[in-house]
Amino acid sequence: MTGKLMQGDEACAEGAIAAGCRFFAGYPITPATDIAEVLARRLPQVGGKFIQMEDEIASMAAVIGASVGGAKAMTATSGPGFSLMQENIGYAAMAEIPCVVVDVQRAGPSTGLPTKPSQGDVMQSRWGTHGDHPIIVLSPSSVRETFDFTVRAFNMAEKYRTPVILLMDEMIGHMREKVELPSPEAIEVVERVSTSVPPEWYKAYENTPSDVPPMISFGQGYRYHITGLFHDERGFPTQRLDEIDPWIARVFRKIERNLRDILIYEADEIEDAEIVVIAYGATARSARHAVKQARARGYRVGFLRLGTLWPFPEEVVERAAERIHRVIVPEMNLGQLALEVERVVGRRKVMRVGKANGEMVTPQEVLDAIVRGVSAWL
Amino acid sequence: MVVKKQERESLIHERYLRHHKKFPHVWCAGCGIGIVMGAIVRAVDAVGLSNDEVAMISGIGCSGRMPVYVDFNTMHTTHGRALAFATGLKMVRPEMKVIVVMGDGDALAIGGNHFIHAARRNIGLTAIIINNNVYGMTGGQYSPTTPTHAYATTAPYGNIEQPFPICQLAQAAGAAFVARSTVYHARELSRFIAQAIQKEGFSVVEAVSYCHTTYGRINKLGSAVEMMRHLKDKGVTQKTFEALAEEERADKIVRGVFVDRDIPEYTRLYDEIIARAQQTVANGRTA
Amino acid sequence: MSERYEVRLAGKGGQGMILAGIILAEAAILDGKNAAQTQSYGPEARGGASRSEVVISDGEIDYPKVTQADILLCMSQEACDRYFHDLKQHGLLIADAVHVERMPTSRAVVVPLTQWAEEATGRRITASVVALGFLAGLTGLVSRQAMEAAVRAHVPPGTEEINLRALAVGFEQAEQFIRSQSK
Ligand SMILES: Cc1ncc(C[n+]2csc(CCOP(=O)(O)OP(=O)(O)O)c2C)c(N)n1
Ligand code: SF4
Ligand SMILES: [Mg+2]
Repeated sequence: MTGKLMQGDEACAEGAIAAGCRFFAGYPITPATDIAEVLARRLPQVGGKFIQMEDEIASMAAVIGASVGGAKAMTATSGPGFSLMQENIGYAAMAEIPCVVVDVQRAGPSTGLPTKPSQGDVMQSRWGTHGDHPIIVLSPSSVRETFDFTVRAFNMAEKYRTPVILLMDEMIGHMREKVELPSPEAIEVVERVSTSVPPEWYKAYENTPSDVPPMISFGQGYRYHITGLFHDERGFPTQRLDEIDPWIARVFRKIERNLRDILIYEADEIEDAEIVVIAYGATARSARHAVKQARARGYRVGFLRLGTLWPFPEEVVERAAERIHRVIVPEMNLGQLALEVERVVGRRKVMRVGKANGEMVTPQEVLDAIVRGVSAWL
Repeated sequence: MVVKKQERESLIHERYLRHHKKFPHVWCAGCGIGIVMGAIVRAVDAVGLSNDEVAMISGIGCSGRMPVYVDFNTMHTTHGRALAFATGLKMVRPEMKVIVVMGDGDALAIGGNHFIHAARRNIGLTAIIINNNVYGMTGGQYSPTTPTHAYATTAPYGNIEQPFPICQLAQAAGAAFVARSTVYHARELSRFIAQAIQKEGFSVVEAVSYCHTTYGRINKLGSAVEMMRHLKDKGVTQKTFEALAEEERADKIVRGVFVDRDIPEYTRLYDEIIARAQQTVANGRTA
Repeated sequence: MSERYEVRLAGKGGQGMILAGIILAEAAILDGKNAAQTQSYGPEARGGASRSEVVISDGEIDYPKVTQADILLCMSQEACDRYFHDLKQHGLLIADAVHVERMPTSRAVVVPLTQWAEEATGRRITASVVALGFLAGLTGLVSRQAMEAAVRAHVPPGTEEINLRALAVGFEQAEQFIRSQSK
């Protein structure tokens, strides 16, 4: 037999270990608790460390502290805890500290429906902090992909010195399905950029040609300053525009110039489609089911599944919708990613199929939208 | 070779301050925070630590600005969360000496939960709370240590809340070492900090300071010099304090080491967890 | 998509519905099929409605949840009332006679699962495993061998034997049931 039954949360935890994560701080919350439970057991086995903090604010802070100490670090939470983490996620963005934040979305706002799925944190994952900064957000659609995306989240965090958010949902987190995990040798693991310049030359926030300055851990003989204030190349607070503006430009540039690496998506039969469905996360499962049914009935339906939600794959979506008059965006919220699609392809082309009551969007609902979408045009 | 006291002082400055880079500092002339900074670097020197093995982590507030000026591994974090950042760092770098500098609002209001939990875990961090009884940086709002009846910009009719007794709180929460001194008693303060740094476990030093710019002005307590004199007059040792009659005790600031106990430190205990977990794997059990 | 087989196991929290789903999914995988197991339960650990869904297929499983169940197992009246409407036209309804009084259809297979469990193992909690054995024996959805391995792998350590006994009772009762029907 190849493959075994595995839960999404478990795959996330195992993906973290495979990616080299050696520190986890978290606070229990359904439906992300399973990740913490697996890592409490697994991390010390590989010499890593796990701590249950007093709340999610502290968890996020501890993750940043551990990353500054040189460990690949992660936390996992759900809506209420994700809200609490925002200030320190902003800190990680400002101080360019690599880390992974997993949000297993449940229906909200507030305590909402703790055991029911949602995709209601799409906008929060992008705009939850205050101020302007780029962020990378990945959203897996299967248990196996949860493993892969967790590894990639770490790789991107380390490679680009940035917080990366893994936006799961209760359906994927709690679902068990057959998976075959890749062999350890087949997994690409990226380490953060370091340097061997003498300490007195080291600038933790230097404007390097790659736009990603090397990062050295505390305790390695390179004493430098880290702050959530705007800072100069050495990390000291500044209010000078000639230091602030280059920093802002650089942190956006380091993401934008690497979109080919960062944007994950899957396009299927887009070329001669008359209608396109764009989906992500668990909803992509319903959407694909519906798309297959529609094709079996003779409809020419394209399917675009987004793995990376932020930065929003504008060009990919634009290209997919170019010659098409209807784009359907099913999601477990009332049109959060649809807003972005509308921004790119124009409001009139987009049909939202939204739900925020803790139930999945069903294949039937997507199929109905496809039928309506096609006939509205014919 | 005997190094004269004055020379030694300038060597300490040379060695531990980011001298050429970051002065003048942001604090008001006469503020006590600089004295605490001096006490910390002298303590680090007395303990014989290299700059590289020390990390200073702070929160937000006037006190939070300190790490900019000292030549350690320094991190200025978010308001109230310094201990939580420091916990993560200490977990992965247990060999480092991690000094956490916080204001009274920082440590006890917004960060109060992190404070008691860091103490409860007995994680090897040194928490230095600069208690000026007020939110200095934001301009004089009342803090969790503002005395009852005192005035603040947000207590224009007088404060109706009780102040936290920082040292008792730390003791009850489980800290291994707890001491208090004032910025007037700078050498003693430095000594306590040195003891705290050497302690294995969570150590707390309350450094009683003042803020003449906000609290002093609002409560008409005079200049920095007068507020300093107040610390000199009211700061008494435990022994002196005990000898005082009940009615004389009320306005005193008791100095001394209140707790010094040996309890297992968190990162050490975690090493045992790692050993246990790896043993389980070696035994072929999945735990 | 016709090879999709959808099973819904529904009851109350504490009846082991979720674990039963995991065991069934695991058994399907051991038989070389694809399986996806999902669940739905309330915020409370006990007492509230609880259901587990297993989709088994030879091909890829896109939508992991039940659209129209091929098999519905009901271990509570509420489950029966609530889920009967999306059982397939000729789908199989198995209800525990101990917990379900009002039957929505005369074609239901009503058997005393909990009573069998109590008689065989002395523990009501094993009713879910009896149910799995009965369900598998009746339908041939998964092999007995795979079921046994899956039970072994997923029940709490130390309870393997009584759970295997419960499973065996389920299979035996299924055989008897089939024999009684063919008469
Ligand atoms: C989350 C958050 N809330 C409020 C503030 C504003 N703020 C900055 S410093 C401070 C109080 C500082 O008081 P204290 O900790 O006693 O330090 P001091 O300035 O007195 O040294 C406040 C409320 C902030 N920076 N962050
Ligand atoms: S405002 Fe008060 S605490 Fe802040 S620097 Fe000035 S005197 Fe010191
Ligand atoms: Mg203060």
